[in-house]
Amino acid sequence: MERISKENIRHVAELARLELKEEEIAHFGEQLDKIILAAEELNELNTDNVEATSHVVDVRNVMRRDEVKESLSREDALKNAPDEDEGQVRVPSVLD
Amino acid sequence: MTAFTLSLKELHDQLHSGETTVTALTEQALGRIDDVDEALGAFLRVDRETALQRAEKLDQELKDGTKQAEEVLFGLPVGIKDNIVTKGLTTTCASRLLENFDPVHDAHVVEQLRDAGTVTVGKLNMDEFAMGSSNENSGYKTVRNPWNLDHVPGGSSGGSAASVAAGEVPFSLGSDTGGSIRQPAAYCGVVGLKPTYGRVSRFGLVAFASSLDQIGPLTRSVEDNAYVLQQIAGHDERDSTSVDIEVPDYLKALTGDIKGLKIGVPKEYLSEGVSEGVRAQVQAALDKLKELGAEYEEVSLPHSKYALATYYLLASSEASANLARFDGIRYGVRHEEDNLLDTYKKSRSEGFGDEVKRRIMLGTFALSSGYYDAYYKKAQKVRTLIKQDFEDLFLDYDVIIGPTAPTTAFKIGDQLDDPLTMYANDILTIPVNLAGVPAISVPCGLSDGLPVGLQIIGQHFDEATVFRVAHAYEKAAGHEEEVPVFKGGTHS
Repeated sequence: MERISKENIRHVAELARLELKEEEIAHFGEQLDKIILAAEELNELNTDNVEATSHVVDVRNVMRRDEVKESLSREDALKNAPDEDEGQVRVPSVLD
Repeated sequence: MTAFTLSLKELHDQLHSGETTVTALTEQALGRIDDVDEALGAFLRVDRETALQRAEKLDQELKDGTKQAEEVLFGLPVGIKDNIVTKGLTTTCASRLLENFDPVHDAHVVEQLRDAGTVTVGKLNMDEFAMGSSNENSGYKTVRNPWNLDHVPGGSSGGSAASVAAGEVPFSLGSDTGGSIRQPAAYCGVVGLKPTYGRVSRFGLVAFASSLDQIGPLTRSVEDNAYVLQQIAGHDERDSTSVDIEVPDYLKALTGDIKGLKIGVPKEYLSEGVSEGVRAQVQAALDKLKELGAEYEEVSLPHSKYALATYYLLASSEASANLARFDGIRYGVRHEEDNLLDTYKKSRSEGFGDEVKRRIMLGTFALSSGYYDAYYKKAQKVRTLIKQDFEDLFLDYDVIIGPTAPTTAFKIGDQLDDPLTMYANDILTIPVNLAGVPAISVPCGLSDGLPVGLQIIGQHFDEATVFRVAHAYEKAAGHEEEVPVFKGGTHS
């Protein structure tokens, strides 16, 4: 059974901000389908009473003092910008 | 130029006795790279001028006898994996998208090495954004295995492993998310350590899967590895997951004494998926450890078979979030279209390679509405079970030992067609990242002329015991004599 339809793949690509060609949609779709099928073996396990692990080492409430420190200079922040103008990053129009 | 064969301590002693200079060592690294790297492909970038300038300055410090010159790593050349940022030295993560990225600061580990007086000679090739097990996913070129140029060096830290195995540098840094230090170390016959999650600051490591990534050293011996970890380990407030816990003296742990040590050998790690040649060498290593006074018995990590699926769901989900920042706006290569949305899409689609796209797609799917609980959340729960497997065993055993990878290095091109086969290379290293424990790969002989790695896994923050066992084994086994010979220069 196909777990992920082509429509699914198109939707996911849109969410991921990727532009896929028709053959990539077919190719990735097939591969992701296989990977997801393999991943479904996790359903063999009953995890009803298991807590999720998002972090392996018990560290909590990592805070620093709320002190003003020097941050990235404007020059450094813009150093890698593909396009800049008057000290700001230039981007194409946001609205059509 | 001759390959590096001496230990870090021996190089240090030669510097201090005046037998060599920092400039001479730097020139040796650069000369060796000139001789062999065209065939090997380990380096993406070599910074000759800066390296030689720095060497000259350090030679002066050595003459003056400053405090820094006392450090064991002082004056030694090093290669840095290209996902660790270096100020003023382009850092691409082997991605086309970042081909012009010039970091504005150094990673924590790079600062630590600089404080010790090392000389960065260049940036090492890898699978793009550290996603891969063969280095074939580099956006620039494939690294080759120094033992046989038709074979892969492993990945993703393939350049880091190959450069040390071929004697271009005495040591290097890599990163390990699912085996990316240990598996290439095994394939190239060098020592590679993935420290405990939280032991080494990730500040300045370009994030792949933040709950799994760790930086670690690749070296030719366990002792060398201990020297490097000593320098890079420790708390750093710029990484909130770096743990504020004492860093012991790792060199003192190398006693050679493992009498009474209790070793667990998971049966899942010697199953039919592991090649006979690898199994035979691991068995021989266990016998050697027994001769040294350790005891081993078969144990079980019952959830091992679920680790691969768990890993690919979690790592890809984290990657899809982490890699969202690469949009061609603030840095990286922009492919400009009429509007912002199309600019994002075009920049990302042109910039990322297939494997990176595949994982972003998988991760985005697993996190998307309607699938989050079934895939992402489920995997996080299974991660808990996998972690508990290790915790249970460590109640009774000091270390867990098995092979690092199921086979030796495969041929370039052999596994490109099927992502699932490729992913299976990491089946023995992935559980370690999921549990967050430390593990080392140490050479344990050859199978059909290619190196086999022995994986020694320890408890959280107990790198000292891992080093002690690896060192005792290495000394007793005497595999140091086994070195690669490849065209473009012999090893010595």
